[in-house]
Amino acid sequence: MRNYLESVDTDWFNQRLVGVLVAVVLAFTVLSIRLLYLQLFEGRELRRLSEINSIRLQDIDAPRGMICDRNGTTVVDNRPAFNVYIILKDAKPIDETVARLGQLLNESPETLMATIQENRKRGGYTPVLLREDIGRDTMAAIEVHKFELPGVQVRVSPRRHYIYDTHAAHLLGYMGEISQEELQGSPFDDCKGGDFIGKFGIEKAYEAHLRGKRGGRQVEVNATGQVVRVLKTVPAQPGQNIFLTIDEELQKRAEALLQDRVGAAVAVEPDTGRILAMASSPAFDPNLFVTGMTRDQWNELVSNPFRPLENKATQAEYPPASTYKIVTALAGLEEKVIDAKTTFYCPGFYKYGNRAYRCWKKSGHGEVDLVKALAESCDVYFYQVGEALGVDRMAKYARAFGLGAATGISLDREGKGLIPTSDWKKKRFGVPWQGGENLSIAIGQGFNLVTPLQMASLAAAVGNGGTRYSPYVIEKIQTADGVVTFQNSPREDGKIKLHAENLALVRQALWQVVNDPKGTAWQSRIQGLHFSGKTGTAQVVSMPKASDGSSGEIDALPKDHAWFVAYAPSENPKIAISVIIEHGEHGSSAAAPVASALIQAYLGDNQP
Amino acid sequence: MIDRRLVEYFDWWMLALTAAIVTAGLVALYSAVNAGGGGGQSALFGRQLIWYGLGMMVMITAFIINYKSYERWGHLFYLLCIGLLIAVLLIGKYVGGSKRWLAMGPMSIQPSEIVKLAVIIMLAKYYARVVRPDGLQLRELVTPVIIIAIPFVLIVRQPDLGTAMVVALIAASMTLYVKIKRGTLIGLIASGTLAVPLVWMFLKGYQKQRILTFLNPDRDPLGAGYHVIQSKIAIGAGMISGKGFLKGSQNSLDFLPEQHTDFIFSVLAEEWGLIGAGFVLLVFLLLITWGLQTAQRNRDPFGTILAVGVTTMIAWQVFINIGMVMGLLPVVGVTLPFFSYGGSSVITMMAGVGLLLNVSMRRFMFEK
Repeated sequence: MRNYLESVDTDWFNQRLVGVLVAVVLAFTVLSIRLLYLQLFEGRELRRLSEINSIRLQDIDAPRGMICDRNGTTVVDNRPAFNVYIILKDAKPIDETVARLGQLLNESPETLMATIQENRKRGGYTPVLLREDIGRDTMAAIEVHKFELPGVQVRVSPRRHYIYDTHAAHLLGYMGEISQEELQGSPFDDCKGGDFIGKFGIEKAYEAHLRGKRGGRQVEVNATGQVVRVLKTVPAQPGQNIFLTIDEELQKRAEALLQDRVGAAVAVEPDTGRILAMASSPAFDPNLFVTGMTRDQWNELVSNPFRPLENKATQAEYPPASTYKIVTALAGLEEKVIDAKTTFYCPGFYKYGNRAYRCWKKSGHGEVDLVKALAESCDVYFYQVGEALGVDRMAKYARAFGLGAATGISLDREGKGLIPTSDWKKKRFGVPWQGGENLSIAIGQGFNLVTPLQMASLAAAVGNGGTRYSPYVIEKIQTADGVVTFQNSPREDGKIKLHAENLALVRQALWQVVNDPKGTAWQSRIQGLHFSGKTGTAQVVSMPKASDGSSGEIDALPKDHAWFVAYAPSENPKIAISVIIEHGEHGSSAAAPVASALIQAYLGDNQP
Repeated sequence: MIDRRLVEYFDWWMLALTAAIVTAGLVALYSAVNAGGGGGQSALFGRQLIWYGLGMMVMITAFIINYKSYERWGHLFYLLCIGLLIAVLLIGKYVGGSKRWLAMGPMSIQPSEIVKLAVIIMLAKYYARVVRPDGLQLRELVTPVIIIAIPFVLIVRQPDLGTAMVVALIAASMTLYVKIKRGTLIGLIASGTLAVPLVWMFLKGYQKQRILTFLNPDRDPLGAGYHVIQSKIAIGAGMISGKGFLKGSQNSLDFLPEQHTDFIFSVLAEEWGLIGAGFVLLVFLLLITWGLQTAQRNRDPFGTILAVGVTTMIAWQVFINIGMVMGLLPVVGVTLPFFSYGGSSVITMMAGVGLLLNVSMRRFMFEK
């Protein structure tokens, strides 16, 4: 071991310590002088300030970003709400103040005292929220009597306002009070208990953009708690404004058409994936979530069998029914199971094994080729295509069109749907795929499940020649000063590899669905504007049967779901639509007229 | 087995000064948590008593073991602390936007407090070996820079700028104490000064904002700026004799934020006035001077440098914390030793005193 004392000795260390000691004494001198200055020189003034506890901190709430449609029409904004607070230490004598305030608020002093007791915080200088959103008249009355109401404050804060009530409710979403768990999370760092945040729809998906940054001010108050001077202010930063791809007029029309029905309608721009309208019915009024609803109102919302809180366009999953025949047809053509000339004979049923699978048309379609089969929706034709293809080859084409997977639209809880394969069934149920099931799948029944949004995308892809675009609802986001922070652009999800002549054949058939007198949607054709589409009638599996098996009165309700998918104009389409009407019975009578009306509304002026 | 000299040389003064400070600290904490008719915080006082119980045991352990063992095993302690700091970043608890705590059963510890001692021991160990009357050269500073940089970066990442800075200041003080060659020192200062604008250029906007707020709390009137105003009012309102025990209104009315941790000196100054606050300043000064005295009386370089390290740790935290609550220094999360509520701080400080007692009572034994 080295001997340290050769290099340095204790005296040398001691010399070094003098420097440290001097530094320490100097530092303490500075602290002492400061202490003397504060307590002796400024003591009297600071004692006075401490006795009236006059410096307070007040929040300034940030206005939330607005939501506008593609043309800049505001659909969600904020309105001022007046809230009454009381600061207990300032509100003396408390009984008198509360009694006086009770008269103005039309509320018994006991109820007010109960609120105070519930919310009183430690200390008594924290403002207790007594009543929210009291309205201008009450606010004015309190302001007039403010000198009889020590410690009472009316503060204005921005409150979410859905201008057209139920309009686009599922898309826009709603707000709710932040939960304890959310408060712990890092994206809500600057939130406080009692704050409202987006809980559903766009309000939730774009919370980070919409929420601004809270500001505040240091104020000096007098003995009754009234602000006498603002010392410092940090302005609140408003949230960013969101512009949707939605066409306001079309959205309104879609909602009007779905009025008093249960279902959804989605319209997209085939060349971009922009959502032009997304309606779901029944709807709810998001304003109720802001002002707070009664227990009855809430119970009505959650127990309503028609699920008004669900966005049926993206969350609900239905069997695609005959609209799926578009997929079966293309799969059959591409896999060379059939061609344009292939015909089958439809006597009104198809025997497979020892079971007869029925066509919807009891009398049968006779000899049918593909175009006729699609146009008239012959089940027997597609049973045989499905039998030849098998489930896995059909699934390949369904997947290519985006069925069975979330589209990735930025909305909450999007449904994936379900496109079964033989492997899937083996894994899920442990039993092999049965040949008869191929027949059900071919006509869109069985395990098949899709969302209306997926079907609108499918219609768009067929309409535009086979390109898949990711559907989107946000056009751009910009700050309150107009600086664009996000500009969306169409995103191609890829091309579906189809032979042009096969696609052309199917498109011709879809044209006939609407424009041929024998087509299933002939009733919904538009004079002078050709569009193409496909009807569907989804069997409701849980449809109750009379106990003796006969079709009695009981099975009149619920009825089958009605589907219609379409694109228009038939050549070079500008809009693709899917409509589902729950228990609408027939696609031709319930869903197709809705799509037709929307096409007319949208292309009425824009006709080429 | 126990050398009689150990008992004879036990440093009663150090113990008495510590006891005085701990007592004053507990009185102030009692006020801070019992203000305004209780609330949910009164339990903190009981927990602090438990921490002091544990702290006492740590202190006794720290002075019973011959400090030469710390020289031998210091690097293991250092590695353990670094491990804990890494664990904080990986699995730490989020509190108020930063990860500083490790949950250990019902308790949580803050490794950034304990790591200060590890850095002090490591540096003392290294400097005791390389110290020379003419001062250290640049190449001899490479090792210390690494020793400091690892915990520094890990603590900054939490982020806990205040504690990181305290670690750097302690290390810098120890390094200056063992002396750097004049030329090297001038070179270091010059290049450091030149690097500042360069580093600034590479910082992101929000990082610049943070540093500016750190330097000038007035930029943040709703946070630090407000705290300082309230703290100054509380201290000044104490005037000469104070408002009396449990009578501080700034504190009792919930105006002081975090009055039981960083702003506890304001509570003390409001209730006990110039007399109380001045007394506490004086006892701190005595304790620090006595720590330096301990360093001076020891003849072994490791013991001396270790004592200087521990003493400067206490000194820096006292100076920064009190300077901060009086509005002299930027508001950073630096605790007031023996006063602020918190287990990791209490244990670190008690262990520090244990080390000083250790060095003090073994001042003639280093020859062994």
